[in-house]
Amino acid sequence: MNAASALTPGFTGREAPAPARGVRIAVKDLNFYYGSFHGLKNINLNFYDRQVTALIGPSGCGKSTLLRTFNRIYSLYPEQRAEGEILLDGKNVLDSSVDLNELRSRIGMVFQKPTPFPMSIYDNVAFGLRLYEKLPKSELDGRVEESLRKSALWDEVKDKLKQPGTGLSGGQQQRLCIARTVAQQPEVILLDEPTSALDPISTGRIEELMEQLRDEFTIVIVTHNMQQAARISQYTAFMYLGELVEFAQTDKIFMNPAERRTQDYITGRFG
Amino acid sequence: MPGHIVSSYDTDLENLRRSISEMGGIAEKMTGEATLALVRQDGTLAQAVIAADKRLDTLQREIEERSVLLIARRQPMAVDLRETISAIRISGDLERIGDLAKNVAKRVVAIADHAPAQKIVLGVRHMSDLAEAQLKDVLDAYASRDTKAAHDVWARDGEIDALYNSLFRELLTYMMEDPRNISFCTHLLFCAKNVERIGDHTTNIAETIHYLDTGEIFAGDRPKNDASNYATVEPGA
Repeated sequence: MNAASALTPGFTGREAPAPARGVRIAVKDLNFYYGSFHGLKNINLNFYDRQVTALIGPSGCGKSTLLRTFNRIYSLYPEQRAEGEILLDGKNVLDSSVDLNELRSRIGMVFQKPTPFPMSIYDNVAFGLRLYEKLPKSELDGRVEESLRKSALWDEVKDKLKQPGTGLSGGQQQRLCIARTVAQQPEVILLDEPTSALDPISTGRIEELMEQLRDEFTIVIVTHNMQQAARISQYTAFMYLGELVEFAQTDKIFMNPAERRTQDYITGRFG
Repeated sequence: MPGHIVSSYDTDLENLRRSISEMGGIAEKMTGEATLALVRQDGTLAQAVIAADKRLDTLQREIEERSVLLIARRQPMAVDLRETISAIRISGDLERIGDLAKNVAKRVVAIADHAPAQKIVLGVRHMSDLAEAQLKDVLDAYASRDTKAAHDVWARDGEIDALYNSLFRELLTYMMEDPRNISFCTHLLFCAKNVERIGDHTTNIAETIHYLDTGEIFAGDRPKNDASNYATVEPGA
């Protein structure tokens, strides 16, 4: 589906159609099961390099499930299984030979509720780095600072790096979690309703942050906030009852969706 | 289309539609009556047209305010957003149509002392009948969300332009024949131009209906048969 063709030549909407970018994650014939429950049905979808893709849909439609397959976090639960392919740079992450720790350092994840570790701000960010890389102190300091800067938190915490991460405000904690993810220098960042527990100001900060992170990372975000999806993403996928209903450029989805079910959902008409 | 989960949202949109339809009715009536007043030299009717414009202005302001509120409160998406934007646009066009009809009515008062040649006045009336019919059709197309009918209206605007063009030449000729004709001919020329512009606003509405239905900006060059920009008439020609 070429969303750009819907526009009159010469007409530029809120944002000119994004230049064609490479596919970072290609989902092919993906099926997911919670025991006997068929949670995802034959999903085929591409996620583009250094673009924000929003997953929207009513509760239980499978958007979080889809997100959780990318870093195989579901494999913590023995009765859950995925079939099909999720190609990250051409390699199937569902393959049993994939090193899960390495996978999760390449695909970072941020959750709905901030999940700082019960340790200092500095150690929260340095935790993953110490796990994977043996860095001299000065370099570690540099990486921590860089990550906190990228997460737009540095100026607020630079004088209290030794204080516990749990002492920060909700919005700051969420940015700390993003810093912890960014420190691993992942390729993809998954965000599962990252702002639903935050006030509008903190939400604004996170949205502003995503705009900047997009220069470096491929971002996939699950959100219930339709306006948020419209604001921050370049592509949007609408899911319903475990199926992918429509995927297109965000401007197209929110101005003129092709599918009736998409329109009913985003306009608040779902029965 | 199923209703919104929040039913007051449906009520808001329905009220916008209803106000547009009321505006449409008034604008249509004003267009017809302004020309009728011109033909009959009916000052009373002309005054009624002038008075009716107030209601149109009020409605337009209300629609604009309610649309802005709706955007702020409900953040409409997709078809709802297009409907809201369309209401703002169409109410703007209808308000302008009212202004143009009012201007015709004012000129009826201005030329009351002269009795312009019926033939020319009938030319303006013919134009006006066409414009009124176009306006009626476009409002019906809006009410029934009939994009095909809106396209038909759009394509017919050229007829009004062509009439205006021939009337323009005719009026110039009259003025050259006798300088005493200049005053009322100029007024009639403005009346004709106003009617031609009413046709243009009607075309705008047709384009908005296309956008409302398809989500795409209407692409296409308007049928233009108005060559009066380049028209000259030489004395004795």
